[in-house]
Amino acid sequence: MAKQTALYPVHASSGAKIVDFGGWDMPLHYGSQIEEHHKVRQGAGMFDVSHMTTVDVTGNEARKFLRYLLANDVAKLFTEGKALYSGMLNDDGGVVDDLIAYFRGPNNYRLVVNASTFEKDMAWLTDKASDFDVTLDHRTGFTTLAVQGPTSREAAMRAMSEDCASAAAELTPFSSVSCGDWFIARTGYTGEDGFEITVPDSDAEAFWHALIAEGVAPCGLGCRDTLRLEAGMNLYGSDMDETISPLEANMGWTVDLKDEDRDFIGKAAILAQKAAGVQQKLVGLVLEEKGVLRSHQRVIIPGVGEGVITSGSFSPTLKLGIAMARVPAATTETALVELRKKEVPVKVIKPSFVRNGKQVF
Amino acid sequence: MSDIPSELKYSKEHEWVRIDDDGHAIVGITDHAQELLGDMVYVELPEVGTNVAVEDETGVVESVKAASDVYAPVSGEIIEVNEDLVDEPENINSQPYEGGWLYKVELANESDVDELLTADEYADLIADE
Repeated sequence: MAKQTALYPVHASSGAKIVDFGGWDMPLHYGSQIEEHHKVRQGAGMFDVSHMTTVDVTGNEARKFLRYLLANDVAKLFTEGKALYSGMLNDDGGVVDDLIAYFRGPNNYRLVVNASTFEKDMAWLTDKASDFDVTLDHRTGFTTLAVQGPTSREAAMRAMSEDCASAAAELTPFSSVSCGDWFIARTGYTGEDGFEITVPDSDAEAFWHALIAEGVAPCGLGCRDTLRLEAGMNLYGSDMDETISPLEANMGWTVDLKDEDRDFIGKAAILAQKAAGVQQKLVGLVLEEKGVLRSHQRVIIPGVGEGVITSGSFSPTLKLGIAMARVPAATTETALVELRKKEVPVKVIKPSFVRNGKQVF
Repeated sequence: MSDIPSELKYSKEHEWVRIDDDGHAIVGITDHAQELLGDMVYVELPEVGTNVAVEDETGVVESVKAASDVYAPVSGEIIEVNEDLVDEPENINSQPYEGGWLYKVELANESDVDELLTADEYADLIADE
């Protein structure tokens, strides 16, 4: 029996096409995935992302624990509400999961991890936390709506209480604030401005309808994937996993080695990999002719070697086939992709295609 | 419920066939197929002049979600393709039985058409899926 979010009945009655995602019944789209994609790039759209896992980490050693657990360093979070993106690595330097850590006060953090990795993550966290004076609290009973797009913050603030709206108005990118039992973060997974807003399940439906009344379009997980791909944001399980280090997944910037005295899980493996030289990297591919790139397609870099597409689709914004691919680090600026029995040329770029509605390569 | 016009014939692979006034077979994919695939973003059409047999691959339709082969529901020569789809593949979603047609075939065997499913039979087929 698949799990359902508190808003499931609203999705079902709105004509959403429901699919299984990591054991959850989630909306794929409410009619047209491409129209929903454009709504987020041009106006405002919202996603029910309540399936994602929220774990609060508190206790005397919460900061110490997270400095050991995460490759990025929570010590750089000084301002209450500030957020940090990080990988949680295994001893081999592979990515157990990627997450956002919110600093909510001294020794008080909130982690948001993926839905499809819930059981593995909880087991990992519980095991690693056993040596520290910390409490893990998996929060349930809350709905999270990602409200994204150039007009999304204005619309979302109009749909909130005045108190919450004025708190939300002060947020800088990648920061958060609590407002009663609401939690508002200026974060997202689309490459657009916006909020991710967590509310008690009992407030969810009314807030959903208030957002619709403010012109925010319901959007499914289908366009969430094309939006994040255009933005060059990794999808766990596709673009990286336990066998891939952050250095091979365009996440080198999330590995903080500045404090030489800090140990973290996977650090030795990361240092060894750096010393030996990182052999492969995650790049972006742009198909020069009409067509669509798909995950698992073979990438051929003449004279260098081969790689594979980790995420591929059609970019509704650019109207081009785009992909992320893992290729030899020595890749050239052009490559070939084996696309349905023929080899087609692609341009190799940094994995970022669209930000704030505009092409960036 | 998807639209299944009663005057057309259907293949098990979700193509439809309409016989025009000149006796040629016009081929497309069904409303049910476009619903399953979702928003179309790319269409690869066969070349005019190609001779195809029943069940030969005759191009590809790709949605944001997936690629799907198109199989010839009848045998014969491809005499025309719907070039509009190159720039407007979404016509397959909005009008699968009209502006979303794929190609036209000069039938090699008119009896191929009799082998295809009627609208009722096709409705039963997709109800069982």
